[in-house]
Amino acid sequence: MTAVELEGIWKRFPGVIANAGASLSVRSGTVHAVLGENGAGKTTLMNVLAGVYAADDGTVRLDGVEHQFANPAAAIAAGVGMVYQEFRLIPTFTVAENVALGAAPTIVAKGSIEKQVAELADRFGLATEPGRQIWQLSMGERQRVEILKALWRDANVLILDEPTAVLTPAEAQELGRITKTMSSEGRSIIFISHKLDEVKAFCDEATVLRGGKTVASSLSVTDLDAGRMAELMVGEATAVSQRRVRTTAVGNTALSVENAKVVDVHGRAVVDGVSLTVGAGEIVGIAGVAGNGQRPLADALAGLTALEAGTVTVDGTDLTTSSPRDRNAAGLAYVPEDRLGVGLAPRMDAVENAMMRNYTTLGNGFFIDRNAASNQAESLIERYQIKVGKLDAPLAGLSGGNLQRLLVGRELDGDPKVLIAAQPTRGLDVQGVAAIQKILVEQAAAGVGILLISEDLEELFALSDRLLVMHEGMISNDFDPDTATRQAVGAAMTGA
Amino acid sequence: MTQETIVGLLVSVLEFGTLLYLAALGETIAEKAGVLNLGVEGMMAVGAMASFWIGAETGNPWLALLFAVVVTAAFSLIHGLASVVIGADQVVSGLALTILGLGLAAFFGQSLALTTVLSTARFSALDLGPLSDIPWIGETLFSIDALSWLALSLGAVTWFVLTRTRMGLSLRAVGESAATADAAGTKVAATRLTAVAIGGGFAGAAGTYLSLVLSPGWSEGATGGLGWIAVALVIFGAWKPGRVLFGSLLFGGLIALGPRLQTFRCQDGEDIACLNFDADPTLVSMLPYILTVIVLIILSVRSRNRPSIAPAAIGLAYRREER
Repeated sequence: MTAVELEGIWKRFPGVIANAGASLSVRSGTVHAVLGENGAGKTTLMNVLAGVYAADDGTVRLDGVEHQFANPAAAIAAGVGMVYQEFRLIPTFTVAENVALGAAPTIVAKGSIEKQVAELADRFGLATEPGRQIWQLSMGERQRVEILKALWRDANVLILDEPTAVLTPAEAQELGRITKTMSSEGRSIIFISHKLDEVKAFCDEATVLRGGKTVASSLSVTDLDAGRMAELMVGEATAVSQRRVRTTAVGNTALSVENAKVVDVHGRAVVDGVSLTVGAGEIVGIAGVAGNGQRPLADALAGLTALEAGTVTVDGTDLTTSSPRDRNAAGLAYVPEDRLGVGLAPRMDAVENAMMRNYTTLGNGFFIDRNAASNQAESLIERYQIKVGKLDAPLAGLSGGNLQRLLVGRELDGDPKVLIAAQPTRGLDVQGVAAIQKILVEQAAAGVGILLISEDLEELFALSDRLLVMHEGMISNDFDPDTATRQAVGAAMTGA
Repeated sequence: MTQETIVGLLVSVLEFGTLLYLAALGETIAEKAGVLNLGVEGMMAVGAMASFWIGAETGNPWLALLFAVVVTAAFSLIHGLASVVIGADQVVSGLALTILGLGLAAFFGQSLALTTVLSTARFSALDLGPLSDIPWIGETLFSIDALSWLALSLGAVTWFVLTRTRMGLSLRAVGESAATADAAGTKVAATRLTAVAIGGGFAGAAGTYLSLVLSPGWSEGATGGLGWIAVALVIFGAWKPGRVLFGSLLFGGLIALGPRLQTFRCQDGEDIACLNFDADPTLVSMLPYILTVIVLIILSVRSRNRPSIAPAAIGLAYRREER
């Protein structure tokens, strides 16, 4: 019995074809993985199934009946529930209010709704407190609320869009158990992922998308292995990141951080006594589970937040109390984790974004010389092979890889001595990752000291000269990537 | 100061309070749905002119009220169409509504300027028999007009609908996160348009109160900034019908007090109370705005470590397929 059948789905957005005849077939009572790189069209296809996007062409069938959803309400009525990657929950509403929203009785009696939600949660073994507000909950709890929402509406098809991205390993295991319970009741679950181990552990079948098309449908997960999966997703066998061969000796100390301490709004130390040095031409990697102080450390080094204690020195100049602009002038460049927001302004165009570091030097100090600014942007675009439609179009429509090339290019334009790169390849596709890594390697060879903060161990092992591990705001270990094992680094990341 | 003066002041407080409450309650509903409507001043002018016109023509205040509510609700949908359907900037569109409303009311009200309305066309004081004869309370609360009582009950209904019904849950959800509400199957645009229209209707009622109770008659500029105070009141009242009621009486009190301050000077033979300070009435009329700023600061400080009390999606247009 086929619960979901999508056939020949086309969806175009301005300048982008997200789905080019994609298809998907899910059997009732199974957990079905949808695999693909970023930008492969997985989320768009799921949004078509959930009634969020109207497909330009193609058919949607549920249990053999054709549907055309005008809005999400219609899809919900037909039994489709979707848990979005970025949760659709209202922070100031209680769990019960969020679950019942849009499907509540006419008069909402707080107590009785909370009791019904608690009963539903118990039935599926989803631990939750119906009376608490969402902003007080952990990511895992929020996800359970999302699943409860779908169950409250008696969804027969549940879409989970990269559900484990925000979960701890234990929470991910728990999610696997929940999906099994639901599928054993005859519900069908669509599980979007790009992690093979999860797919093998949680799913029965897998469909692979590439470039908006389906390249393999309903494979049995037992037939999948890492090489085959990567080949299907990327289209060609990809070389595993190669170990960087350093061609130059490490020079003088470029960046020196001593006893850095950063506190958050609650006065809690999120970076606690971090000391490190990066030599000219050296790449020092920082590994760690997200939320262990990497981001506050990077922001404090770049001057976006103040250090509570400690010093920052770049190439012999003490920058501890300098403004971000002074730090930049002294040779410190920063590629922030949040590339669209902190790094680049999405509503401004390529020229404006390219001149954000040096606009004061373009023109006579009052008027900005637009030609000089355009030339600067064009030279970045050419040098880093950035694909932008028009120079004066807002950046918002560009892909992650192009945005990151523009950001990295801008930061490197002033010939810095130190580059702090936070998660520079996160969320990029294979080509994008390779391009950014190549730039980092070239810059190191040219003598730039690079502090590379990443959650991707492959990347850290391939690029770093030294590998530090950050745990609970402190540098807990200092590894040599040529001799350390992944197991040892992984254990250090979890605090073992 | 005599008992008579104090009763007069209290009645005036209740009257200004009623007018502000009607307008601010409507604005609360619109803002709870995520639509900031800065057109209150203009909507109130349209409502005042419309109700006075029908009141003068027919002599029936209830008919005048109904007409003003319908006309103003329809008028407010200009802002609804611009900001909800087309996705225009809510601040710009709301300001435009105020300017347009003031202009339209002045234009269509030209011929009304010298008309006087029959006393039967006004909402007059209720006569609740012995209740109205009770000293203090009877002379104030039980001698007020029917519209004040209607405003109070509308407040209770609004509170109940917002907090205890599916409709209210959807409306608040649309104002917190339109994408979330949409994904949960709520009709975002319809909900927001309804909220704007209800807000418009309430502003029309406030206008009616102005031209048929508070200062019977119509002249250009009659609203005199009361609509702006209502907008400030919504913030002062933290988007809660109960607190907005408290704020309406407080601000109403300040407005009523302003011009009376000069007459409260100590004179020979005063028996109850007298004030002996030289307050400029314009200073008092500034107080609502100063209080609103203080409350805004308190709210912002309070929400440093938790979500803001303001509807999160206020001012944000929603397009389902926008990426």
